[in-house]
Amino acid sequence: MNFFRSKLLFAIVACLSPLANAEGPFPSTYEAPAHNPTLITNATVLTGDGQRLDGASVYFANGKIVDVSSSAPEVDEYVRIIDAKGRWVTPGVIDVHSHLGVYPSPDVDAHSDGNEATAPVTAEVWAEHSIWPQDPGFGRALAGGVTTLQILPGSANLFGGRAVTLKNVASVSYQGMKFPDAPYGLKMACGENPKRVYGRKGSGPSTRMGNIAGYRTAWIKAQDYRDEHAKYEALSADEQKDAKKPKRDLELETLAGVLNGEIIIHMHCYRADEMLTILDLAEEFDYKVGTFHHGVEAYKIANELAENDVCGALWADWWGFKMEAYDGIQENIALVDRPDGSCAVVHSDSDEGIQRLNQEAAKAMSRGVKAGLDIPPERAITWITSNAAKSLGIEDDTGSLTPGKMADVVLWSGNPFSVYTKADHVFIDGVHRYDRMNPELQPVSDFELGQLLEAGE
Amino acid sequence: MKRLLTGLLTGLLTGLPLIPAAFADSVLVTNAKLMSMGPSGTQDGVSVLIEDGVISGIGTDISATADTVINAGGAVVTPALFAGATGTGLVEVNAVRESADGSMKETKDNTVQVEFDVRDAYSPLSSLVGVTRVEGFGYSLLSASGGQYSVAGRGSLVDFDGGFESFDGRDVLFIDVGGYAADKVGGSRAGHWMMLEGIMADLKRRSAEREYLSQSGKDYLKDLTKNGVFIFVANRAADIRKVISFSEKYGLNSVIAGAREAWLLAEELASSGIAVMVNGLDNLPSNFDALGSRLDNAALLHGAGVQVLFTSGETHNARKIRQGAGTAVAHGMPYDAALEAMTTAPSRIFGGRPRSLEVGNRADLVIWDGDPLEVTSYATSVILDGKVTSMETRQSKLLKRYLPEDAGLGRAYINR
Repeated sequence: MNFFRSKLLFAIVACLSPLANAEGPFPSTYEAPAHNPTLITNATVLTGDGQRLDGASVYFANGKIVDVSSSAPEVDEYVRIIDAKGRWVTPGVIDVHSHLGVYPSPDVDAHSDGNEATAPVTAEVWAEHSIWPQDPGFGRALAGGVTTLQILPGSANLFGGRAVTLKNVASVSYQGMKFPDAPYGLKMACGENPKRVYGRKGSGPSTRMGNIAGYRTAWIKAQDYRDEHAKYEALSADEQKDAKKPKRDLELETLAGVLNGEIIIHMHCYRADEMLTILDLAEEFDYKVGTFHHGVEAYKIANELAENDVCGALWADWWGFKMEAYDGIQENIALVDRPDGSCAVVHSDSDEGIQRLNQEAAKAMSRGVKAGLDIPPERAITWITSNAAKSLGIEDDTGSLTPGKMADVVLWSGNPFSVYTKADHVFIDGVHRYDRMNPELQPVSDFELGQLLEAGE
Repeated sequence: MKRLLTGLLTGLLTGLPLIPAAFADSVLVTNAKLMSMGPSGTQDGVSVLIEDGVISGIGTDISATADTVINAGGAVVTPALFAGATGTGLVEVNAVRESADGSMKETKDNTVQVEFDVRDAYSPLSSLVGVTRVEGFGYSLLSASGGQYSVAGRGSLVDFDGGFESFDGRDVLFIDVGGYAADKVGGSRAGHWMMLEGIMADLKRRSAEREYLSQSGKDYLKDLTKNGVFIFVANRAADIRKVISFSEKYGLNSVIAGAREAWLLAEELASSGIAVMVNGLDNLPSNFDALGSRLDNAALLHGAGVQVLFTSGETHNARKIRQGAGTAVAHGMPYDAALEAMTTAPSRIFGGRPRSLEVGNRADLVIWDGDPLEVTSYATSVILDGKVTSMETRQSKLLKRYLPEDAGLGRAYINR
């Protein structure tokens, strides 16, 4: 495909669907290999969009969910049938906050590629260019039922760079994992981290007011850039010949992408008051905050988050490691989930937590129930499935067992809200990618291959 | 009268204020599924009578009344849990330097700090003590951590019963011999052993000849080699092997913490009698010391006869240790062994009073709403030193403030 055609395609798709990433540079090369259809029967099914079906079946073929119902459909003999008596089925787990690949295992300086901590505004960097696909953490997360994950830059900077959404499939490249057509994210950070990093460097910001000034200055530049380019694009072909083409700027291109509604803001922010300031900032520059990440104090502004249609991607129990995390409570997620129109998400930000997001959701659910809130499992599962998909702008593709959506499916050994339950089978786009009982269906990264051979292992 | 005498004697022996024990409240827990973790095993539907801080009766036929009666409703009752190696009471906020006292960055001679004792910085009034206690934890191993040199300092078990000096058991010395800490000893982990051999040699040297130890350091170390416990942080199999031989050479009572690759040396550890302290959630090759990290580490070690204890690597979120123990069970460790590691086993290693729920033992127990190793369970009552402790914390107060949908004049007024 030549340059002009791809540019044209980009323009058309961008018009039709403002969030589509389409064929930009570094395109996805992921394709699901051919596979047989699968029918899972006799399962307790949590659909991911709030429903629970007992003794139900889930049928998927050609990479898509075909049928979820209380009575198993008649299927051809080549269809693989799994009797899931006593077991549970959910959509594939989605983690909206991971640093796998950019802060991989082993944690060595040579692989520490998550923070371009050289300037407070680095919207020009893309997390995907730091991803090491051989991070053993991807395979561990798969064993925990994770089928989709967003990899973000770290939080040292006001604007940390682009985040990318991946399918959790083993590949030699990140392009081979890239979730087709998922919108990009832009990582931003509030509070202590940027002011600490740049306060120490002496360059600033060194205060929270310095942080806000830094965002505003950048958005003003981005508005000018967007307008300049829009003006040029509006010219006819003849006029464009005579006009001077505005220069391309990677940093401003990403920021303009946010202002145009193509790139979703993922904002690291802990304190309630700071989140409210950021919502005002977004109003000033007419963009949308997609998700507040970490939001240890999100429970204090649960109504405001719901009213502004902002997701809260939160931990079940982390608190106290820094001042802005001091007011953490275990009921945070349940309280953020309470208002109508809410979007509570359980995220990991951890290579350990991503392996058991089902348990993190279980903890949050149990604390909510203890506080008197009515949160059945079919509700709590939305925190790691459909709400997470919404946060990433891929809710039309995955996040629930809705016919037509991607067949991203986990068959659990029992109730997923238990420390004793494990993922038995994981399917991504209908492809059987993990089987707990079959070592041949458990991916091993290049890094781990052959380690400790001398020990006879 | 006998009881009063016992109370007075206990007070004298532990140096606690001499409150006449006869005035202490009594507590009766009825209808418990009691997991004593001692000789009496698990019994359904029993009552536990607590007087003067001590369990004075267990049975189905206890007719005594008490100042406080709690009907457990058939729920599980266990000994108060062990929170692992933590800095609880040593830190309020990690990133607020002046509120964090768990490690020492520099010492006068920049070599060893046997003299450094974190117990001198412990505060039972820290919000973390309550936050941890209400989740069913009665005690922890107060740890010196993150020092710049191989020897991080001393600590011991500490009870979350509110006492300023509620320390129990033996003195514990914390030593890191891993590759990560090696930077501080010249860049090679062999530097740890060079230094450790040096300080052991110092024990036999006169002050003018000593390389590493001050006089007080020497006195502490001498006592530790006789009565104390040495915790070696080590993950790589080769480093664990070195700890085993070093401990044998000097007759040390040692524990290996981290122990990611310990399963590779399970037999040797079992015959050495060295216990391990693992995080049940560790399974990544986080660094080159942990290539063999796996979730069934605890199960394999237990199966070989090694005493396994748990820790979470967390202080604020020390409560997460239950999830690690549950995960170890999910990956093959027998349930009873995991619960024992979380309750009674630590006192066998670190000393102090027995922690099982038997008549005559101190009453440190927890009533649960379900399985104590399950992530959806929580403690409903925590009794320490025979007293029903408060379930209120800063966090429960914040919940109470933000739970009502109508805040009236403002949440700042919801403060009781």
